[in-house]
Amino acid sequence: MLIIIAALSLPFLVKKPINLPPIISVELIQIADLTNIPFAPKAKKIIEKVKKEQEKLLSEQAPPKKIKKEKPDAVPLPDQKSEKIKKIEEKKQNPEKIDDEIKQVSEFEKDEMFDPNTIAALIDKSKEEIAETTKKSNKITQSEDSNMNLSGLTLNEEDALKAQIFGCWSIPLGLPYNENLLVRIKLKLKPDGSVIKTEILDHARMNNPGQGFYKVLAESALRAIQLCQPLRVPTTGYERWKDLQLNFDAREMLEG
Amino acid sequence: MIHKKLFFLIFLITFPLKSLALIEVDITRGNLNPLPIAVSALASSNEDKKNLKKILDIKDLGLEISRVVENNLKKSGLFNPLNKEAFLQKPDIAHLKPRFEDWSLIKAQALITGKVNFEDDKLRVEFRLWDVLAGKEMLALAFTTVPKNWRRVGHIISDKVYERLTGEKGYFDTRIIYVAEEGPKTQRVKKLAIMDQDGFNIKYLTLGNELVLTPRFNPTNQMVTYLSYFKNLPRVYLLDIETGIQEVVGDFPGMTFAPRFSPDGKKIIMSFAMDGNSDIYTMDLENRIVERITNHPSIDTSPSYSPNGKYIAFNSDRSGYQQIYIMKNDGSNVKRISFGKGIYGTPVWSPRGDLIAFTKLHKGKFYIGVMRTNGKGERLLTENYYQEAPSWSPNGRVLIFYRETKTNSKGEGFSAKLWSIDLTGYNERLVKTETDASDPSWSSLLSN
Repeated sequence: MLIIIAALSLPFLVKKPINLPPIISVELIQIADLTNIPFAPKAKKIIEKVKKEQEKLLSEQAPPKKIKKEKPDAVPLPDQKSEKIKKIEEKKQNPEKIDDEIKQVSEFEKDEMFDPNTIAALIDKSKEEIAETTKKSNKITQSEDSNMNLSGLTLNEEDALKAQIFGCWSIPLGLPYNENLLVRIKLKLKPDGSVIKTEILDHARMNNPGQGFYKVLAESALRAIQLCQPLRVPTTGYERWKDLQLNFDAREMLEG
Repeated sequence: MIHKKLFFLIFLITFPLKSLALIEVDITRGNLNPLPIAVSALASSNEDKKNLKKILDIKDLGLEISRVVENNLKKSGLFNPLNKEAFLQKPDIAHLKPRFEDWSLIKAQALITGKVNFEDDKLRVEFRLWDVLAGKEMLALAFTTVPKNWRRVGHIISDKVYERLTGEKGYFDTRIIYVAEEGPKTQRVKKLAIMDQDGFNIKYLTLGNELVLTPRFNPTNQMVTYLSYFKNLPRVYLLDIETGIQEVVGDFPGMTFAPRFSPDGKKIIMSFAMDGNSDIYTMDLENRIVERITNHPSIDTSPSYSPNGKYIAFNSDRSGYQQIYIMKNDGSNVKRISFGKGIYGTPVWSPRGDLIAFTKLHKGKFYIGVMRTNGKGERLLTENYYQEAPSWSPNGRVLIFYRETKTNSKGEGFSAKLWSIDLTGYNERLVKTETDASDPSWSSLLSN
């Protein structure tokens, strides 16, 4: 009995090597909700006609939003926080004495921590609405999107975004180029590329002693984002890029 | 089968992580275009305007101060002040909280507003700097002074704005001392003159009876050392700007020239020449002790301290041609740093400590350039028929120097003018002076 069992089970103990099929590379392609395959000439005309009608309807239904002009709010005057006023006397000598004649009487730079993350709240809402209808031309088409990596942007998309921000970023020239000049900003974006929220990742560094230049650098990066928005983002895959991190590094430019 | 299941399980675990990874984009380039800035006229009441007009004979002082600021920022090459005619908000409203949409509409990225008051015979000026795109205040300051100092208020505002937006100190509340020249080339009358960095408030410190050359400020801007003639011998002098008292520095048996102060202002470093040899010496201004720094049969001259006072740059012909050398402040460790073609001279250490400016003569052309303190990275900023004597702005971004023009065959057409150029080499500007001018020296910031 044992011999029979052993004879039957032995072939299973000796495993044969598995023959794997050859590996075939597969290009992953994102498929958009709408196709952009060219239509037949006749169909194209009909679709364009329908589109024009829709646009007319849209413009009738949603006139541009009027922006209310803000009344100037009173801002606390330096008086209220001034500490002291030093008298300045005229010098009689000739040649004139070079002296510290002008005294700063009130330096009411805010003690509050600089909070750039509140900037998003200042974004003009009406601007966002207009942007959705007008900035489509800046978008990357589906065909350009075809070689998209699932975890990042394609080279074309990245280049387009970089080129846009290069044009908006005025680098402060006085920064010490031998310091760490990297500012990392996390963005939350809308599908049209406009910015919902900005967050400086090394925010604490801004208030460190001797790092005053970092604040100047971070502010310049935030200005660039504000100036550039809506950002030139892909038309598809919003879930992938709705959170985006921009690493602004001025060192290369300043070192020359 | 088990392998396939295992592979699928690993895929399921890792896939969501990979797909949710935050996309990062590196921005390593930007533009160096001047920042568009709106400088609104500083607001003032009609009564204050009237009172100030009586004293200064200026119709709208707030407007004039804003023009001083605009002019400074524009000349720096880093800012583009926008035309006031395009402004949508008037100064009297703008000095409160501005309507940012009005300013972003004209492409301003920064905005300066403020107001001027005249109280108890004092001028009180307050200003605010706004980030138009972020819609927030970046800086707010107020100053009180005598009305006569209104230009300085403009310069101080410029410095504060410059520092807040560029990350480095400004250089507008400064003065320039130079040699004012008049008359034909062969009979020039040379006087020491001092003016604001923008060419205003010129004052003459000497009468022009003696030839004067190479004036240099001390760190507190109260004293000037320069070269003049004493009994037909060139000697280094010291002038107290406040009292007008001047004295000869040291009792040297030969001629002394090319003086400069040490960074702490306690010593004067200069060249002393006798019997065809010139070496570098220092003199302590407190105890008058003279110390020899170089001892070489060649011509060593144009010494300039590093900002920390530990090193000295100078030029010497010890290698056969005039080149730039650096050494420790006691004269040890002499090291040549210029190796390019041509003759190098007038080395001046940058206040930032990272660069040395120089004059270079090559193939009949004069250049003003900079190199790192190890001699690497030489950059020639400007080229001309004749130019020399660079002097740094206190923030180490701009150089002022003088340039002479060619005379025609009749010996006419000679002129000497002051020019400035920044480190980019693109922002070259004529510095206006009443007369011809040479040998400029930039002061440190007056309001420090």
